[in-house]
Amino acid sequence: MKVTTESFAVAAERELGNAQLRTNLGNATSTIRAKRARVVQELPDWEALRDAGSAIKADVLANLDTYLLQFEEALTAAGATVHWARDGAEACAVVAEVARAHGADEVVKVKSLTTDEIELNATLAAQGIHALETDFAELILQLDGDWSSHILVPAIHRNRTEIRDLFRRTIAPEITSDEPAVLAEAARVYLRERFLNAKVGVSGANFGVADTGTLCVVESEGNGRMCTTLPPVLVSIIGIEKLVPSFADLEVFLQLLPRSSTGERMNPYTSLWTGVTEGDGPQELHVVLLDNGRTRVLEDEVGRQALHCIRCSACLNVCPVYSRTGGHAYGSVYPGPIGAILTPQLIGIENAPSLPFASSLCGACYEVCPVKIDIPRVLLHLREKSVDAVGSRSERAAMSSVGWVFGRAWRLRLAQRIGRLLQRPFVRDGVIRRLPPPLSAWTDSRDLRPIAPAHPSDEDSSTDR
Amino acid sequence: MRQTPVACKLHSYERQRGQRDTMKLGLFSTCVADTMFPDAVRATASVLERLGHEVVVPREQTCCGQMHLNAGYRRDAQPLADRFVATFAEFEAVVCPSSSCVGTIRELYPQLLGIDSQITERVFELSEFLVDELGVEDLGAAYPHRVTYHPTCHSLRVTKVGDAPLRLLRNVRGLELVELPNATECCGFGGTFSLKNAGTSSAILADKCQSIESTGAEVCTALDGSCLLQIGGGLSRAGDHARAVHIAEILASR
Repeated sequence: MKVTTESFAVAAERELGNAQLRTNLGNATSTIRAKRARVVQELPDWEALRDAGSAIKADVLANLDTYLLQFEEALTAAGATVHWARDGAEACAVVAEVARAHGADEVVKVKSLTTDEIELNATLAAQGIHALETDFAELILQLDGDWSSHILVPAIHRNRTEIRDLFRRTIAPEITSDEPAVLAEAARVYLRERFLNAKVGVSGANFGVADTGTLCVVESEGNGRMCTTLPPVLVSIIGIEKLVPSFADLEVFLQLLPRSSTGERMNPYTSLWTGVTEGDGPQELHVVLLDNGRTRVLEDEVGRQALHCIRCSACLNVCPVYSRTGGHAYGSVYPGPIGAILTPQLIGIENAPSLPFASSLCGACYEVCPVKIDIPRVLLHLREKSVDAVGSRSERAAMSSVGWVFGRAWRLRLAQRIGRLLQRPFVRDGVIRRLPPPLSAWTDSRDLRPIAPAHPSDEDSSTDR
Repeated sequence: MRQTPVACKLHSYERQRGQRDTMKLGLFSTCVADTMFPDAVRATASVLERLGHEVVVPREQTCCGQMHLNAGYRRDAQPLADRFVATFAEFEAVVCPSSSCVGTIRELYPQLLGIDSQITERVFELSEFLVDELGVEDLGAAYPHRVTYHPTCHSLRVTKVGDAPLRLLRNVRGLELVELPNATECCGFGGTFSLKNAGTSSAILADKCQSIESTGAEVCTALDGSCLLQIGGGLSRAGDHARAVHIAEILASR
């Protein structure tokens, strides 16, 4: 999984400087947020649904070994070939092998975060196989060499005019309008022929049903259904945590997911397929069960709830941090609050130590999460791990000093007294406007309220313990 | 002190009528308020005393350990939490003018530091204590200003004070309460987040200040000194008309 090495704070500063991005993001997230709130409000049993979703996922994780074997058995019985992949490289190798076996130099893809996680496109490209993104937003990013900044709306950082200009440069030189219908038509014309000629399709899956071997993809555009039905061969890559025990469990998630993600009561396209059906759809189905760090996440009692995630992106849309910085600042295919707890666990905290700190701990993410992932709680857990693994000495020293000061009341009073003396040269008109580093991080953009004058009784420290 | 909800309501009713003994309350002033908002601490004491309760501000108190817990230094928070418990053990109830400190004590002490929730359940944020525990909504306060209320994240989502602060503010004479747009969005403080991710913190704050300014309020009030530190700093830097005032100071005004 590709992750940038720069810290969140550094990347965020750069993204914050992009005024167009801030405007696009602000508009898009507030629109989706309002839509979600409306459709969630109309369900009287929403909280019960969240509880059910969380309980089903907890059961799946607690009995994952059993469910996975059951899933494999059902899939095999339905005519699919099951592949177990320990990591991204093994999963990509399966896709490349299938494409080669069928002489395909292009595969058509359904929007899939899991394939982004394992960098499938780049791996295939290195072997001379082009992976064509067919989701509208993913296509935009692919045409521009850009990458996703939102789980559900990958091109959320782009607006219509930018997209029209990109299409004019690439697939549709003739268009002049930036009307959504015109842009969609341009993409449709470009994609249709590729769908019809594709030999191999590649998909992820939102859910895998353990007892039937059914795969489920939920989408808005219908491109996904084209990819999973038109090519004669289909490879579906699914993270091992995406299982649900039985078909009936989909009832819960197919209510939770669309309302949380696009703010719709039901998504336009829900595709379900079970193995191979003669004369209908792909006649060869490969299912890749991907670990890629997930069993490691599962080992952590507090952190494992991150595997409940159904990739709805509600946490991104309500996050005050995400909605200012956008997804690229998180440096991973999983941005926002869920990314801040998932990425460091998948790749190891030492490889993404700043992500758990990319939050004001406001708790809005937990409030909207359809499967009740207590993101703030996991953030605290990962912060502790981050400090233990790669914490800076100066910060540790500062924290110890503050802890020492707070250890006795007389020390706190002494510190306040010293602070009053030190702040004197900086106080103007009752506020501090400028302080030296590291406190300049505060005063660069905000005034600071000074330490208040001592109350007469505070000066008597004789009774302090 | 915390009994079944019904018993609790009954006691509140009796207290209002002066039929129950006064309580001996511990006031946890918090390190932030003690250092930067001492007027809010005095106001908290005076509000509770006017209702006939005995208020004690133990001199041994310091900090609940929230900053250490939130920053990943759980082990450093442990002695501070133990110190808090020892300092306030003797009181029927502990009242605090900060929802994030109360949230830390009620939620994180039992979860992360192994402290018995029977102890932490007696700790209340000021507005929830007044409204939910004492059953008081009108304190006889007067504050002739246009005020907007920012519901802090911890008060909304951890301490869950509900509309207690609004009930109290609506009963303040002369106070014109104006609704804050996008009220439930964070102010961007987040403890060490405000320094580690200063740019993002300030970007969030800028929008909050703009919302406050759009109300035409003279005062933005909240339950937490820490958030008021952030909001006040933003308003003051932007040269905005509004200033940040702790809710206790409004409730104590006559």
